[in-house]
Amino acid sequence: MDVNAIFQAFTDGLLMGGVYALIAVGLTLIFGVMQIVNFAHGALMMLGMYITYWIFTLLGVNPYLSLIASIGALFIIGFTLQRFLLDPILQAPQHNQLLLTLGIMLVLENIALVLWSPDFRAIKVDWLEQGILMGSVVVNKPRLLAFVFTLLITAALYYILKRTQLGRAIQATSQEREGASLVGINVRRINGIAFGIGAACAGAAGSLVMPFFFVSPGVGSVFLLRAFVVAILGGLGNFGGALVGGLIIGLAESLSALFLPGSLKEMVVYMLFVGILLVRPTGLFGEGAKQ
Amino acid sequence: MSETKVTTKTKKFGNFTSVALFFLLIALFLFPPLLDSYYLNLLIVIVYGIYLAQCWNIMSGLAGQFSFGHATFFGLGAYTSSLLFTKAGLTPWLGMLTGGAVAAVMGLFIGFLAFRYRLKGHYFALATLAFAEIFRVLALNWRFMGGAMGILIPLGDQPAYFQFKETIYFYYIILIMALFITFLVYRLGRSKLGLYLVAIRENEEAAEALGVNSFRYKLAAVSLSAFLTALGGTFYAQLYSYIDPELTFGSNVSVNILTPAIIGGVGTVWGPVVGSLVLTPISEFTRGALSSGISMIVYGLIIIAVIIYLPEGIVGFIQKIWRRRAILRQKANPAETVPGEIQKGGI
Repeated sequence: MDVNAIFQAFTDGLLMGGVYALIAVGLTLIFGVMQIVNFAHGALMMLGMYITYWIFTLLGVNPYLSLIASIGALFIIGFTLQRFLLDPILQAPQHNQLLLTLGIMLVLENIALVLWSPDFRAIKVDWLEQGILMGSVVVNKPRLLAFVFTLLITAALYYILKRTQLGRAIQATSQEREGASLVGINVRRINGIAFGIGAACAGAAGSLVMPFFFVSPGVGSVFLLRAFVVAILGGLGNFGGALVGGLIIGLAESLSALFLPGSLKEMVVYMLFVGILLVRPTGLFGEGAKQ
Repeated sequence: MSETKVTTKTKKFGNFTSVALFFLLIALFLFPPLLDSYYLNLLIVIVYGIYLAQCWNIMSGLAGQFSFGHATFFGLGAYTSSLLFTKAGLTPWLGMLTGGAVAAVMGLFIGFLAFRYRLKGHYFALATLAFAEIFRVLALNWRFMGGAMGILIPLGDQPAYFQFKETIYFYYIILIMALFITFLVYRLGRSKLGLYLVAIRENEEAAEALGVNSFRYKLAAVSLSAFLTALGGTFYAQLYSYIDPELTFGSNVSVNILTPAIIGGVGTVWGPVVGSLVLTPISEFTRGALSSGISMIVYGLIIIAVIIYLPEGIVGFIQKIWRRRAILRQKANPAETVPGEIQKGGI
């Protein structure tokens, strides 16, 4: 085995893991606050990808600037979805919640299909083409940028959650819904904002992968399952855990791709998933929500 | 429904229902040969949807172990019988039972792991999903299983090999399977095993405290459901003569299996029946009338609307109205007894 290949896989996996982490952060936030497993998360990410795709293709704007547009748009979409569709079923049985988010996914994906056809689309950004050579490893520029932006966004989110009034209200709601409501927190509004932030994370991740990935209406499912794996690994509802989980899954995937042919690397990810679920369903750090 | 409280009125009603069911049964057997091929195929898809939703209902409705990965069992059934047929020439009738056995063993394995480590709710659902994905990736990459190209089942018309010249025979087969499983769920709901399962679903700790071995009964429900789902997989393979990893192990398969059951009413005998009767024609007709994207949007919106406005499913909603009317009748005429609560506790 070539040592350089391992270093290369390590770098690629780490950078990709950052993106997985960003998707999972949104998922885990939504779960933490509302105990809802959001199957529409991949579709929300797909919307973010299309936003960046069209802004770049039609207006030629720098894809990283369109991050602002996708974060804003997805926040509004997420907030609206929560207010009108998820709010009525927060107390419903789990299978209803799951089917509802699946229904949302179905609608979003097919709206994209009708509007933009099932074609696979990609963008070509000239100044991102050239890789950066670091020692013997080639660092793919858009992946590096995605990683850096992920860290920035996660740090900003962390700051909001830990230091601001809004963040404390979100935390309070996730820990004790009724108590939060008793001390004057508008729980309904907080739920909407939390879902909006979660959706915005998915949208941001979509924008960030667009320079090196294709988009199609069904692309979300590629990322959705990995995001579940990452979120469970870090402990559902655990913010920092999702970040570490993302890096672990990214690494596991790219390193196993070295040894396994075809798409068998996915099997490693899922087996890891089942293993974690069985042995430590509360996540590696044991702080995840218990059931 | 408690048996002791049956009044003369409900008995008369019971008679009426059984007569109606009897005529419905006769119609189900005699009427379809008159249909043209479009409607016959629609009917097959409806009944097939009932069958699979009912399979899911045993494990997830009755026993409350929410599966999001029934594609595992479905695919194992389809692949086992098809591989045995194409590679060893074994008739799919036997392949069907073998596939059922393989799926049941897999169900025991998944169930054993999940229950042993006390997986519940979301975590259990995600674990079943992960298993289905593992099998999908395996089927995709293993050349023995046909890889991404899937398995093409050679055409034929030998009934001994589960192949027919006329589509109508497929209809009769799936009809008998669906009637059988609906009757099974009905009986199960009134049997000791079914009552144990409901007790476990409603409150596992309390059931355990009363001496119900929840681990054992949950495993029984999973393996029974897995076995029956696999038979559906073989039926699919024989009907369409083609399977591939996405069509059998894909997450869409799991979603299609559970949707009619949830829309109809989880844990009720008639939920899967009503769910498939309502959803399948809607999905087929909209697909015919609209472009595929728009029809799926409509389908998704219907699912969303039912979940929000009829959270107990269509059958659960009807049962609630019946019960409310019975209470009103009783208020007007106190001599009459209200039939017991149907939704809670029983099935």
